[in-house]
Amino acid sequence: MHQTEKETAELIKQISGSDVKKCMKCGKCSATCPAYGEMKFHPHQFVTMVAHGKVDELLRDETVTRCLSCFACVERCPRGVEPENVVAAIRVLAEREQGGSNFVPDEVPALIAADKEIPQQALVSAFRRYRK
Amino acid sequence: MTYTYYPGCTLKTKAQDLDYYGRESLKALGITLEEPDEWQCCGAVYPIARDEIATKLSAVRALAAARDNASPLITLCSACHHVLTRVNDDMRRDENVRTKANNYLKLDVPYEGETEVIHYLQLLRDKIGFENIAKAVKNPLKGRKIGAYYGCLLLRPSKVMRFDDPENPHIIEDFIKALGATPVIYGMRNECCGGYVTLKDEAQAAENTNRIIRNAASKGAEELITACPLCMYNLRKHSDGTIKISYITELLYDALGLREELGDAPEACETADGSAAGCACGRTEKAE
Ligand code: SF4
Ligand code: SF4
Ligand code: SF4
Ligand code: SF4
Repeated sequence: MHQTEKETAELIKQISGSDVKKCMKCGKCSATCPAYGEMKFHPHQFVTMVAHGKVDELLRDETVTRCLSCFACVERCPRGVEPENVVAAIRVLAEREQGGSNFVPDEVPALIAADKEIPQQALVSAFRRYRK
Repeated sequence: MTYTYYPGCTLKTKAQDLDYYGRESLKALGITLEEPDEWQCCGAVYPIARDEIATKLSAVRALAAARDNASPLITLCSACHHVLTRVNDDMRRDENVRTKANNYLKLDVPYEGETEVIHYLQLLRDKIGFENIAKAVKNPLKGRKIGAYYGCLLLRPSKVMRFDDPENPHIIEDFIKALGATPVIYGMRNECCGGYVTLKDEAQAAENTNRIIRNAASKGAEELITACPLCMYNLRKHSDGTIKISYITELLYDALGLREELGDAPEACETADGSAAGCACGRTEKAE
């Protein structure tokens, strides 16, 4: 069954729990985002695109994985929109598709061989954030 | 006094010193930490998507174990604290998560968010009192200029975390003062070090971390302290070594005079099979 772009946008709203219509486009979320320079789209754009049902491009955008999950945008949004929740929902939907993983267990041995100080927390986090 | 304590996977492996200094310091202050049997790694990242259930279950198990012990759940790692606090909030307020998690776990008594999750620093402040810690200090850390590095996970989102003022926190500064040292306030103490991105995009984490360290140094900090093993990793890896970086618990251990008494934390053990001599985490005892 094929899901239309509009249906995907609805699903993103649902699983993010974010009320994207409340956004007043002040840009505060993007101004505070430490990954601003790394991401093709910025928090306020995610919010607006989801509100307009334009999400296919977001789901294909690999730079979304540069988001640090730092919650700065969530904390500082004056309207309680929680942009990071939208970003996280998009990541999770992309990862749930076949081939959507950005991190495979086979990468781990080389990583820890190269740097013995890598804490387990970093690896566990990567498994949570880059793959399903 | 005994509390149920969730150390998390990293405090059993790379960050055994964070755990060791934390436990020994509390022991000296009259508090014992007790781990629930068979706790599991919380996953280190809170699963934000509302339809994620399975990824929250390990946290629910630990929360329910503390409830069954009639104890709050004490955390130390910032990531554990974040995950456990937020999953607990879901179990309180999100009927869908609560119902599905309980349907799956089939606990003797369903879990509904009864447990209070308390971070180590909050335990020091609220259950012991910084003023009493100040009285127990044997080696005041006089003259040391220390910057608190909060990072993200303890503070945000403040609506759920309720840890401290998210933009102007002061609990770690108050802790530093109680130990006799001088806290250095700097603007970026609650900005992100880059976290797990360091594995995939090291340059991005390096840039973030450097910005934080430069800011702290420009305000006169000679040292930084953190509660998070991943912050520790990023700070150490991406600094030029001019600024000393320690865990909050090590600072406490030193101030309480425990280094003279007990020495350094035992060497971190890599085998993790419970067989090594000098086991720090206690699993060897249990196996006997
Ligand atoms: S959570 Fe992600 S999108 Fe939001 S401010 Fe942090 S890096 Fe940017
Ligand atoms: S900070 Fe909030 S209201 Fe402002 S642009 Fe971002 S999402 Fe919209
Ligand atoms: S944060 Fe880590 S170390 Fe802490 S328990 Fe959770 S994943 Fe494991
Ligand atoms: S070998 Fe000992 S110290 Fe190492 S993890 Fe196992 S029980 Fe803990």
